[in-house]
Amino acid sequence: MSGHRRVKDISYDEDDLDYDYDEGDEYYEDEAGDDTLSPEDQEQMRVGTIKVREALGPSITATEKEIQDALWNYYYDVANSVKHIRSIKLPKQTKPAEQPKPTKSESRFDQAAKAAANAASASKKPGPSPDDIVINAQKKGTQTGKHDAKKKASATDMAKGETNDGLEKLSVKEIGSKNLDVVAEFEKSGLKNAANFVVIGHVDHGKSTLMGRLLYDLNVVDKRSIDRLQREADTIGKSSFALAWVMDQTSEERNRGVTVDIAMNHFETSKTRFTILDAPGHQDFVPNMIAGASQADFAVLVIDAGTNSFESGLKGQTKEHALLVRSLGVQRLVVAVNKMDAANWLSERFEEIKQQMSAFLTNAGFHNKNVAFIPCSGLTGDNVARSVPQGTAPWYDGPTLVSALEAAEPAARALTAPLRITIADIFRGGIVHPLSISGRLEAGTLQVGDVVHAAPAGELARVSGLEVDDEAVDWAVAGQIATVHLSDIDGAQHLRLGDVLCSPQHPVPTVTKFTAKILSFEHVLPMQVSVLRGRVDAAGHVEALVATLDKSSGAVVKRKPKIVQPGAVARVRIRLDKGIPLEDGARVVLRVEGKTVAAGLVEVVDEVKKKATGGES
Amino acid sequence: MKLIKQDIDKRTGFGSAVLLPEEPEDMWHAYNLISPNDLVRASAIRRVQQETAVGSTTSNRVHTVLTLRVTSTDFDSDAGQLHVSGRVAEENRFVKLGAYHTLDLELNRNFTLIKGDESGGVGSVQLSGADATDRVSVVVGGWDSIALATLEEATDARRRAQIWAVVMQDGLANICLITEHQTLLRQRVEVPIPRKRRGGQSEQDKALAKFFDTVLSTLLRHMELPPVSAAGSTAASGGATAKKRFNTNGIVTNHPPSTPPSASTSDPTVLPLLLASPGFTASAFHTYIKETAQRSASKPLLALLLRVLVAHSSTGHMHSLAEVIASPSIASKLADTRYARESGLMDRFFKMLRLDDGRATYGPREVENAVEKGACGRGGGVLLISNALFRSNNVAERRRWVTLVDKVKEMEGGEVRVLSSAHESGKRLESLGGVAAILTFAVEEEDEDNVEDIANISDG
Ligand SMILES: Nc1nc2c(ncn2[C@@H]2O[C@H](COP(=O)(O)OP(=O)(O)OP(=O)(O)O)[C@@H](O)[C@H]2O)c(=O)[nH]1
Ligand SMILES: [Mg+2]
Repeated sequence: MSGHRRVKDISYDEDDLDYDYDEGDEYYEDEAGDDTLSPEDQEQMRVGTIKVREALGPSITATEKEIQDALWNYYYDVANSVKHIRSIKLPKQTKPAEQPKPTKSESRFDQAAKAAANAASASKKPGPSPDDIVINAQKKGTQTGKHDAKKKASATDMAKGETNDGLEKLSVKEIGSKNLDVVAEFEKSGLKNAANFVVIGHVDHGKSTLMGRLLYDLNVVDKRSIDRLQREADTIGKSSFALAWVMDQTSEERNRGVTVDIAMNHFETSKTRFTILDAPGHQDFVPNMIAGASQADFAVLVIDAGTNSFESGLKGQTKEHALLVRSLGVQRLVVAVNKMDAANWLSERFEEIKQQMSAFLTNAGFHNKNVAFIPCSGLTGDNVARSVPQGTAPWYDGPTLVSALEAAEPAARALTAPLRITIADIFRGGIVHPLSISGRLEAGTLQVGDVVHAAPAGELARVSGLEVDDEAVDWAVAGQIATVHLSDIDGAQHLRLGDVLCSPQHPVPTVTKFTAKILSFEHVLPMQVSVLRGRVDAAGHVEALVATLDKSSGAVVKRKPKIVQPGAVARVRIRLDKGIPLEDGARVVLRVEGKTVAAGLVEVVDEVKKKATGGES
Repeated sequence: MKLIKQDIDKRTGFGSAVLLPEEPEDMWHAYNLISPNDLVRASAIRRVQQETAVGSTTSNRVHTVLTLRVTSTDFDSDAGQLHVSGRVAEENRFVKLGAYHTLDLELNRNFTLIKGDESGGVGSVQLSGADATDRVSVVVGGWDSIALATLEEATDARRRAQIWAVVMQDGLANICLITEHQTLLRQRVEVPIPRKRRGGQSEQDKALAKFFDTVLSTLLRHMELPPVSAAGSTAASGGATAKKRFNTNGIVTNHPPSTPPSASTSDPTVLPLLLASPGFTASAFHTYIKETAQRSASKPLLALLLRVLVAHSSTGHMHSLAEVIASPSIASKLADTRYARESGLMDRFFKMLRLDDGRATYGPREVENAVEKGACGRGGGVLLISNALFRSNNVAERRRWVTLVDKVKEMEGGEVRVLSSAHESGKRLESLGGVAAILTFAVEEEDEDNVEDIANISDG
């Protein structure tokens, strides 16, 4: 089905509907009144009404009749009924400023569709293919036809003609919400000690090997699997990568011995449930690393203690990754000084690295107390899950890597804020769940049966199932990385990586222009940049350098600088080629030619003009 | 573009040229040549309504010659079409004087361009800041130094290098054709690819194969090479889309017949193909083409393979093309092309700017100020200017930039490079307000805050 088309049809018909409501009460009573509904219809109506009310939430009050009329018109499709009622209710009940946005994003789709229909320019604009347009047009035709027919048809006809259709829809809808008080459920679940961490660091410093080792030593991966991986690795001459292959699963990664994309894995200690996000170290895959880092509560920075390796990493991704996670809001860092076996467990080497890194990290804005240094060897497993064998490193009496991870304080969770999930992956969750997404709940709670708004498409979808740590659950809360099974939405059409699922009452606006306060890593000029946020990788421009700012006070130092020097803080105006869902306070990264040039906070979306001049005066 | 006839007084800038556009790129030149207030004469088809004796109306299509006083031009780079709007300047049987019309210039049909024909038109523009004794300001007609240079460039008959490029990353590919003067985005291909996930390997592999299949079939379509029957079933539907596209985009299809055979390359029918991506996407795609070529034994595809260049880019976005072209390994292969030169030039400018020693500046007022102070002259001064500035609908605005160019070239002895706004490097320049300069000495910046040129341009 094609949701936005439907919306459009309905808004076209809205006038007619209003007309019917106002003068034609009899019209409904005569021909489609409740008395004449078939028992099936009545039952659908009853169930549907309850669901629509739930979905609408307390903020929107709709009369029984409004809900039922909507249900009737949408063949008992709850999601679309809710959408319709919201569309007629919201302008009156909420601040007008909030409303235009969803409408805008719908018209964006329509524009894209129109543009695509114009084949000459279709190449430029992403949007449905001409074939899709045709299909949509056909659908539109039949839907509109049905719609009209329905109003005219007598109730009995409808009971015959439409019940099948309705039932079919209902059976999909039958995933009832348990109506849980998720916050209360969470409080009593004892799930508070859960954390996601991202494993970062320069290429080949041993991140994946270290995590493979950790999972092996904690018995998450059994010996047989490791043996098998070892044999396979031997066959293609990559023996030293066997442990890394626990994380590196694609053939490309294995053949090349390089991690390309985030690998997710889970393990549990007596105190805490952890989710590992193993990031790639190679410069080319920093966008993937950012996608991982934006789902993390804290980070494990892996450093190769070997001669020269540490030093070259400090010029490369050791530095870039550390700066990035800090800019993305990560405050706690466990520095794993790895490959200590290759450095003969020399305390001097460990101390040297510790000192240099401490200085660098303090500079980058990490507090000393939030940084722990752990010497270890992923390859041998020393000081990962078990302590260093006696005599190897008599100078070290600190914790193992695993105990250092456990020291992580539980992250604050924005449980009561409106729901936000940035989509990190879209896939087919199986036959039962043809459409699934995964991502971290940045804020809010979610339970099976909920209706969510997908931005920027402006479409509603229903949560037909939830998984956390690979287990089916009834609910999920902020901070968790969940797999969300969705229904009632055309994923291929309306969902893209980096889109945001949010609460229908508080959707995220779609933004093409914003100002941001940035910390620059490299020179910043008015230039073309990639703007990264979660999985979003959007092309855009730094349009103007508004001002350089004082690092601590944020006061304007120089207006309209020609260039922003590395290390400086500045306010810049950014324009995107295509809108992305974005809110004030979102963290974005700017990259040019494969380098991170700046990271920052979105200050003002959309109202660029107003605020920019305000800041300058 | 062929120059059929020319009657231009270089001293005054008055005169006319008769031109014959032969390929789509010529429309781009025409777009840069034709300014508001010029006269354009070309044949057009008009629909005329006639009332018959019995009172019914009939509609006829007639060929007529239209002469328009240009008010604006509109260039569709995808279709390679130029629409010229203006008011009828010479009345005839079918059109009234002063009526508004839009003319579409056509390939293989002459048009006449007349500049500075009427006194009181272009000539009366006040030359801001130009000294009356400046030799530079003598040309008051429309054929100023920039217009003449554009004309020369447009009618240069040498064959120029063209190259296809696919800038890609997993799930995204931008297919473009790079010509001497333009980078034309032919199609953006997006195929959602599920990310790495335990147990998701086969789904990912399938999506990747579909992605490559779609990119290759789309690319072949645009290169006008025969499709190969691909392994997947997706090719069929892709082909249907292709036909639709080409029917409405006839110019592209018309291209090869009008292209004279080239002597410089071994196989003139196959243009080089540049594949660029971060990571391994481009090389994996290269492998995919190889395998497809071998499996299908498609001659055109095998020939194409010989001309493939694989390069690294930091993203799959169009703007990464500039960086690819400027990279040493690719630049050496494209050496004598305009886009390679322009990319290299912008790189040099950015390097200078990063030094932050005041010897590089950008933005309209800043550059004018620097030129005024003599910092953009002999001994290393370079003015970089986007040709978009000369297309300004405001005659005085164009005059402002022509004056600046002439001043740097003629009086200061500096170097001037006009960058095509239709290339990625030109777009980089446009981000900076369309004009930038490498200076021979640091110039103090005027600390004025009142007008914000860049903001004005980008808000417009
Ligand atoms: N001697 C020694 N070698 C190690 C250790 N850990 C990893 N290695 C080796 O380092 C190489 C790279 O290991 P990976 O785990 O793939 O490194 P990575 O950091 O995940 O690399 P990317 O993900 O591609 O950035 C492999 O050959 C490992 O065997 C260690 O503790 N000691
Ligand atoms: Mg790795």
